[in-house]
Amino acid sequence: RLLYLLQQETSSTELRTECAVVLGSLAMGTENNVKSLLDCHIIPALLQGLLSPDLKFIEACLRCLRTIFISPVTPEDLLYTDATVISHLMALLSRSRYTQEYICQIFSHCCKGPDHQTILFNHGAVQNIAHLLVSTSYKVRMQALKCFSVLAFENPQVSMTLVNVSVDGELLPQIFVKMLQRDKPIEMQLTSAKCLTSMCRAGAIRTDDSCIVLKTLPCLVRMCSKERLLEERVEGAETLAYLIETDVELQRIASITDHLIVMLADYFKYPSSVSAITDIKRLDHDLKHAHELRQAAFKLYASLGANDEDIRKKIIETENMMDRIVNGLSESSIKVRLAAVRCLHSLSRSVQQLRTSFQDHAVWKPLMKVLQNAPNEILVVASSTLCNLLLEFSPSKEPILESGAIELLCSLTQSENLALRVNGIWALMNMAFQAEQKIKSDILRGLSTEQLFQLLSDSDVNVLMKTLGLLRNLLSTRPHIDHIMSTHGKQIMQAVTLILEGEHNIEVKEQTLCILANIADGTTAKELIMTNDDILQKIKYYMSHSNAKLQLAAMFCISNLIWNEEEGSQERQDKLRDMGIVDILHKLSQSSDPNLCDK
Amino acid sequence: GWDKHSYGYHGDDGHSFCSSGTGQPYGPTFTTGDVIGCCVNLINNTCFYTKNGHSLGKEKKLGLIQVSFSSSQSNLYPTVGLQTPGEIVDANFGQQPFVFDIEDYMREWRAKIQSTIKRFPIGDRLGEWQAMLQNMVSSYLVHHGYCSTAAAFARVTDTTIQEEQTSIKNRQRIQKLVLAGRVGEAIEATQQLYPGLLEHNPNLLFMLKCRQFVEMVNGTDSEVRCFSARSPRSQDSYPGSPSLSPRHGSSNSQIHSTGADSPTCSNGVMSTKSKQSHSKYPTLTSSSSSSSSSSPSSVNYSESNSTDSTKSQQHSSTSNQETSDSEMEMEAEHYPNGVLENSSTRIVNGTYKHEEILQTDESSMEDGCPQRQLCGGNHAATERMIQFGRELQMLSEQLCREYGKNTVHKKMLQDAFSLLAYSDPWNCPVGQQLDPIQREPVCAALNSAILESQNLPKQPPLMLALGQASECLRLMARVGLGSCSFARVDDYLH
Repeated sequence: RLLYLLQQETSSTELRTECAVVLGSLAMGTENNVKSLLDCHIIPALLQGLLSPDLKFIEACLRCLRTIFISPVTPEDLLYTDATVISHLMALLSRSRYTQEYICQIFSHCCKGPDHQTILFNHGAVQNIAHLLVSTSYKVRMQALKCFSVLAFENPQVSMTLVNVSVDGELLPQIFVKMLQRDKPIEMQLTSAKCLTSMCRAGAIRTDDSCIVLKTLPCLVRMCSKERLLEERVEGAETLAYLIETDVELQRIASITDHLIVMLADYFKYPSSVSAITDIKRLDHDLKHAHELRQAAFKLYASLGANDEDIRKKIIETENMMDRIVNGLSESSIKVRLAAVRCLHSLSRSVQQLRTSFQDHAVWKPLMKVLQNAPNEILVVASSTLCNLLLEFSPSKEPILESGAIELLCSLTQSENLALRVNGIWALMNMAFQAEQKIKSDILRGLSTEQLFQLLSDSDVNVLMKTLGLLRNLLSTRPHIDHIMSTHGKQIMQAVTLILEGEHNIEVKEQTLCILANIADGTTAKELIMTNDDILQKIKYYMSHSNAKLQLAAMFCISNLIWNEEEGSQERQDKLRDMGIVDILHKLSQSSDPNLCDK
Repeated sequence: GWDKHSYGYHGDDGHSFCSSGTGQPYGPTFTTGDVIGCCVNLINNTCFYTKNGHSLGKEKKLGLIQVSFSSSQSNLYPTVGLQTPGEIVDANFGQQPFVFDIEDYMREWRAKIQSTIKRFPIGDRLGEWQAMLQNMVSSYLVHHGYCSTAAAFARVTDTTIQEEQTSIKNRQRIQKLVLAGRVGEAIEATQQLYPGLLEHNPNLLFMLKCRQFVEMVNGTDSEVRCFSARSPRSQDSYPGSPSLSPRHGSSNSQIHSTGADSPTCSNGVMSTKSKQSHSKYPTLTSSSSSSSSSSPSSVNYSESNSTDSTKSQQHSSTSNQETSDSEMEMEAEHYPNGVLENSSTRIVNGTYKHEEILQTDESSMEDGCPQRQLCGGNHAATERMIQFGRELQMLSEQLCREYGKNTVHKKMLQDAFSLLAYSDPWNCPVGQQLDPIQREPVCAALNSAILESQNLPKQPPLMLALGQASECLRLMARVGLGSCSFARVDDYLH
C-alpha cells in the first residue's frame, strides 16, 4: 500500500515523502523486513522516485535505498541492473549533503569486485566524490573516504588515477595523510590508511614514500593495539598484512614498530576468559570475533615473515607461536585454517626453522591433514608449504613420505588449478632430489608416464620446468639412471626430442640438455643417445648455439659421453669425431669461456 | 639505565634497562647513522624510544618510572653513553624537526585529554546542573552590572536575581566612572551610595586616590576636567546617567573650597548629602576631635580612617584580619579567588561597555587638543593636581602612622608621582599607568568591595570557578601531572 502511494504520481509529494520515510523505517528493522520489501520490488520504485524534482522526496528515497542496500540480504547487483541509475546518482551528488552522504554510502556498500569498481569509475566516481573529502560535514567526508577505499582496493586503475587528483590545490594522498592524524576518529584513520595502502600496492605510491613509511604504516600498527576495538584490530592487521606483503623494508620496519610481533600475540587471547556459557548468542559472537582476530594475526605474521630470516625467528620465538599455528591448522573456520597455513608457509622458507621448530612440533602431521579434502585456496598454500617441507635437508621429509604424500601430490598434478599443478610437481621434484631408488620408482609409478607426458606438454612454463626438474632429479646417480632408462627410456627420449624441437625458452632447453647430460652419465643409458643420431645432431647444434648456457649444457653431454675411464669410450669418441664435433670443440676452446677446460 | 632512577636503551643488544643492570629485550639494535629518539610522556608516566622515526613501543616497566617521576628530587635528564673514543653524537632537542612525528603524537594526547574533559560525568543531577549554569551566567552579568542583560536572562531562564535592580545600576554607574577615568566622581558616588564603605577600606580608598591622581595627570579626572571647556561634552558621553552631571559640578566646587582651607567642613560631599549615614556611627564625634591635631586637609581622611578602625573592631574577625595585614591585603584579595585576576578582568572587559565610552572620551580628547598635555594642558588643573598630590602624600603618611609601613602603598604613590618627573608622562618608564587598561583592576577592586559590603560575593561564581580551574592547572603543573599542558583554560574561552 505504501509502495503504491509512493509510486502514485498524482499523490502529493509530502505524502510520497512520508511513504518513503516510513518504508525506510521498516527497512531499519530485521532482515526479514528488508527481504519482504525487496520482494515487493521496492528498489525500482525508489529509484523511480529519484527522478522527482522535489529534493526532500529524493532525500527520503535515498535514505531508504541506503538502508536497504547496506543490509546484508540485499544483492548488490540490483544497483547495476540499469546503467542510467549510476549516472543519475552521480548527478544527484551535487544536490545536498544528505544526498552526498547516502549516495556515497550506497556506493561503498555496493562496490564489490573489479566489475563494480570499473562501472563506478567509468561513471566518473573519482572526480565526483573527490571534492566531498573536504566537505564540512563529517559524515559526508567519512562516506566519501569509504567509497575511495573500496574503489581503490586491489584496483590499479583507480589507484593510479587517485594519486593525481587534487581538491582545492591539495593532492588526494596529502588529504588522506591528513585524515591519518592521530586526533582524527579511528574510523577515519583506518579508512584513509586503507586508501593509501591500495594506492601503494598498485604502485601509485612508492613503498619508500614517507607517507607510507612514516604515516600509513605506523597508523596501521596503532590499529592493532589492544586499545582498539576488535573490528578495528582485525581490519588494521589485515590491511597492514596487505601493505607489507611484498616489501622487505616495510616488513622490517613493521616488525620493530611498537612491538607489533608481541602485540599480535594478544590476538590469540580472545575471548580472555571462558565465562559461564549462559548466553549462547554472546558465545557465538565471541567465537566469531576470536576467529577473525586469529586469522588476521596469522595473515600479518605471514606477511611479516615472508622474506626476512630475523623476523621469522622473532615470530617463532613469540610465546607458543608454533602451537598456535598447529592448532590453527585444524580449526573449524576455513578462514583461520587458510591464514594459519599461509603463516606456516611464510615461516617454512627458513632453513633453520625447518630443521628445528618445525620438527619439534611435527608440523607436517596437521599439514598433511589439511591437504586432505581441503578447498583449493587452502590446498595451494598448503601444498607449497609442503614443497618446502620436502626439501632434502628437511627432517620432515621422511615422515611425510610415509604418510602417503606421493599419491596426494600426484593427484594434485592432475588438478584443473594451475597453481596446484605447479605445487604438486614442484613438491615431487623436491622429493626426488637425492632420493632413494624406491622413492623414485614410486614417484614414477604414481605419476604414470602418460601423466608425465601430459605435464611435459602443459601450457604453463612453470609446470614444464618443474617436470623437467623432476626428471633431472630422478635421473641422477648412475644406477638410478640406468634403471629408469631401462624401463622408461623410450618415452623419455621421445619427450626430450620433442622439447628440443619445440618452441621453448632457453631455460627449458637448458634443463632438457641437462637431462640428456644425466642420461649420458648412465652406463647403459649412454647407448640410447649414441644410437639416436637425431639427438646427437641436436647436441651438436646446441654446442654452437649463441647462448653460453646451452653450449655449456651440451658440452656436459659430450663430456659425459666420451668420458675416458669407461668402457667403449673410444668408440664413442670416434663416432663423435666423425660427426665433426671435434672441430666445434676446437672452436670453443678458443673462446674465453671457462668450459674449454672440459676437453 | 644501570643506575638507580635511570632508564636506557642500548644499541649493542637492543635491550632496555630500567634502573637495573639486567636489561629486557626491547627493540632492534642500532649503530652509526641511526637516529634514536626518546619520548617521555608525563601524562601516563611512560617513555618510549624511536629508531629512525619509528616508535619502538611502550616501555613495560611503568611502575618504576612512576615512582621516580613523582618524587620531586629525581628529575630526568637526557644522557647519551658512548663506548669508543672519537664517537660523535648529534643531539636534537627540537631545534630541528624530529624524525618521529611527535606533533602527531601530541595531537592524539591532546584529543584524549579533551575528550576526557568533555565526557567527564556530571552525575544524574542534570536539572541541578543546568540551574547551576544559569546561576553562574546570571550572577556574572549581575556582578559586572549588565543589568538589562541580566534581567533579560532571568526572564528567559525563569530565574531570580538576588540583588536589586537599583543596586546593580548604582554599581554600574560607579564602574563606568572609574573606567572612564573619572575616579573622583566615582569616589563621591561611592561615598554617597555606600556610605562608610571607603572609610572601612582605607587601602581601597588609597588605591582609588592614587588612581585619581594618575587620571589627573591624564587629564581625564573631572576635578581637572572641569577646568577645561570640554567637560560638558564629555558628560554627554554618559547618556545612561543624565542626573549625574549637574550634581557633579556643585560637589566638585565644594571639595575645592573645603579641601583648601576649612578644616571644619572637612566632610565635603558627605556633609550635605550623607548626614544620615554618618549619624549611624557613634564614634564620629570622638574621631573628629582627634582630627584637630593633624593638618587641615587630612582631617577628612583621618576622620574616616578612625571611623574605620573603630568600626572594624566591632566588626567580625575577618575584617579585622584584613586591616591588620594591610600589606597583604591586595594579594589576599586576589590570590585565593583566582590567580588569574588580572587576565580575567581583561577578558571581562573585552565585552565591556566602557570601551565605547573610552573611545568617545579619547576621541573627544583628541579633537580637543591633538597633543596630550599634562592635566589637559590647563594651568589651574595642574595646580589642582599638585594640591591633590600633597593631600595624597599626607594620606599616605597618615595610613603609615596608623597601620605601619606599607610597601605596596609606597610603590603606588611613588609610581604615580614619578609621572610628574617626565616631560612627556605618556612616553616614560612609568607611563603605562596612564593606560586606560590600568583602570580595570581598580574598578574590579571597588566593585568587589561594594558587593562585599552588601553581603554579596565579591567575586562572581563564574570567575571563581575559572580561577579555581586555573589554579588547579597550576598546581598540577607544579606536581608534574602532565595532562595540564593539554587542558589550558584559554582553550575553552573563545
